[in-house]
Amino acid sequence: MVPTLSGRIQTRLFLLAVIGWPLTMLVTPLLPLAGPMPDRYRATLVVLAAVAVLGVGWELLYHLLMQWRWEKDWPTLFGLVTLLPEGLLVWLLGSRAMLPGLTAPLDLAAFAIHFVLVWLATWLVANGPMRVVYVRWRFRGGRLL
Amino acid sequence: MNVLAEPSLPPALETAAMWSDSEVAGAGIEVHDVPLVSVGGGIGSFVTVDYLRIAGGLTPVDIRVLSRQRRAWQAYKHLATVSQIPRRGRIRSDASSRPDNIWGFPSYAWQEAIRDWNPGPVFQVLVEPVLADYYTPRLQDVVDSLDREARRIGYDEMLVLGNVEVVRKRLGGGYFTVLRPECAGSPRDGRPPAAPVVYRSRDVHLAVGYPGLRFLPDLQRFRERHDFHHVVNAYEDHEHIYQALRRRPGTVLVRGAGIVASQVLERLIRDRREGGSATRILHLFRTYVADTHGPHMWARRHGKDGFAYQGFNYPKSVWGGQLRARMHDLEGPERVRAYEEIEGTTTPWRQHWQNQLDRARQEGWYQSLNGVIGDLTWEQGAVVARLDRPDEPHSAALVRADYVIDCTGLIGEVEEHHVLRDLLEHGGAARNPLGRLDVDQRFRLRGAENGDGRVYVTGAAAYGGYFPGVDTFLGLQIAAQEIVDDLAERRHCRYFGPLRSFAEWLKWLTGRQI
Ligand SMILES: Cc1cc2nc3c(=O)[nH]c(=O)nc-3n(C[C@H](O)[C@H](O)[C@H](O)COP(=O)(O)OP(=O)(O)OC[C@H]3O[C@@H](n4cnc5c(N)ncnc54)[C@H](O)[C@@H]3O)c2cc1C
Repeated sequence: MVPTLSGRIQTRLFLLAVIGWPLTMLVTPLLPLAGPMPDRYRATLVVLAAVAVLGVGWELLYHLLMQWRWEKDWPTLFGLVTLLPEGLLVWLLGSRAMLPGLTAPLDLAAFAIHFVLVWLATWLVANGPMRVVYVRWRFRGGRLL
Repeated sequence: MNVLAEPSLPPALETAAMWSDSEVAGAGIEVHDVPLVSVGGGIGSFVTVDYLRIAGGLTPVDIRVLSRQRRAWQAYKHLATVSQIPRRGRIRSDASSRPDNIWGFPSYAWQEAIRDWNPGPVFQVLVEPVLADYYTPRLQDVVDSLDREARRIGYDEMLVLGNVEVVRKRLGGGYFTVLRPECAGSPRDGRPPAAPVVYRSRDVHLAVGYPGLRFLPDLQRFRERHDFHHVVNAYEDHEHIYQALRRRPGTVLVRGAGIVASQVLERLIRDRREGGSATRILHLFRTYVADTHGPHMWARRHGKDGFAYQGFNYPKSVWGGQLRARMHDLEGPERVRAYEEIEGTTTPWRQHWQNQLDRARQEGWYQSLNGVIGDLTWEQGAVVARLDRPDEPHSAALVRADYVIDCTGLIGEVEEHHVLRDLLEHGGAARNPLGRLDVDQRFRLRGAENGDGRVYVTGAAAYGGYFPGVDTFLGLQIAAQEIVDDLAERRHCRYFGPLRSFAEWLKWLTGRQI
């Protein structure tokens, strides 16, 4: 899929909701987190929300960067390695408890496992299975609406 | 040439833009009824029919494919092979441009990786085009995959062999498509040509490919004056040149800077390396691209050594990204300008081609020239090309070669195809700003609608419309999707939603007949 700006944003939000959220619900109890279950869920869901909200900003930046590419495409690899700056930003904010809704700073190991799992799952789905279900999606720059 | 000059169509029909049922019956022509016909039977027909069967839920009795060829890949494979993609060679388009699979998943890269038990292709897709060249599938794999899908959708049941002569409107709606069946004997056997038959349908889809090969005037003059042997179009069979060069050292002038030129160069170089030939190559560029080029910083294409580089026929965003979105409603001069921005002959960057040419330059048997051929003549046993050079406008250079291989292309002009020309003359069709047939965003031929009936056009004839990529595998699929969605809105087939898409995909994956 070669994205348009609105397609990028829609795809991100959709995949975080449909893949990222259930995955988060499943893995949170298994993460190396201390504290009562509601607090643990709070920590992981805040991270998920941060990836979604900050992600809109990131998508604007990616869209701008894409303009320097003749093909106006976004290689598969870019979709994977953008994990690093995005993860870093969420971590910097989360480890200082600067994400709204967080009651305590994030734990590094739990954050890293959760973030990478969600990222890989959404990236994998975006690179194949997504078009099996939404057959028009790849021809509309990733737009679902 | 008057295509209706065959004796069997009465003059009254030949000249009328609208035919009635009784006129056709009165002419004694056999009539077959079917909701939809697809004229061409090439890749364009195939992907459209595939979509109609899978997504639209139509059955084989709802569709007739009228074609001169038994296999959808024949015209494509012929052109690809003569233009030097070997059977094991790789084509231009990417892993998920799969004319046999409407979802493009699993891609050709996955298929190859699983079959060969080698993760290479999948890894290549992961890192392309940043750390590796684009993965592209092998020609034979594409052909085999089309055969498999043809069996799965019952393609042969829908196929009728013959030459389509005209498509005319029917009084009351829909169309008559006149087909002269093949096989019933040809005039050469002393038998009369088969009587034409008519397909009466609500809708018609047309994908008739390229009407012919382009022979530039200099080439044509040479061939009229001398022979067809020393100066060829790369899209005609020119194996004799490679064979002759293996027997005797010679010089070849290659003209053009597209992927076909790259493939011809690869063949010449391979023959030098493996076949022991000692060919000298002169490579003529009309526009010599020395560097990255483009009007502004957001529209720069990579270029070097004469070539402009681009992975595929069009910038990748044409098939669904920002370029498709941008062109979706451009009209007239604005659309022409957008086409001009992305136009220009390109070839993909492939590292092994780069290495081959670097070596050839170092060893001194490959030389690039910039110019246009003013004239080609035969003098003292060689072809002499007079080059007009843009950098030195007043000095023409003379270049001698044993052979000229012209890689400048195919004819896309619609008036060269009799069915398309007839639609312009009798069918109400008009031209788009680039001179081909004017279709709307749903590939409906404007002006040709008739009652409840529509004519859809995809492939080369629809180039110049809102969707530049229409003459590629993936583009034909995009067009097919629009057509099937339009038919669904018109309530002539089913709408394809996520659940059914998944179910149909499972059938594809397991090879279930539909
Ligand atoms: C050398 C080459 C390489 C290419 N490589 C790629 C690639 O790597 N990737 C990609 O995506 N695209 C590629 N393309 C483009 C792709 O092949 C075309 O987009 C595709 O084949 C067009 O399909 P079509 O059905 O319009 O035409 P075709 O596949 O050419 O089929 C047209 C058919 O219509 C038949 N026909 C015409 N007139 C009549 C008539 N009056 N009656 C009956 N039948 C008729 C012809 O005989 C022919 O069989 C390539 C094209 C060429 C020439």
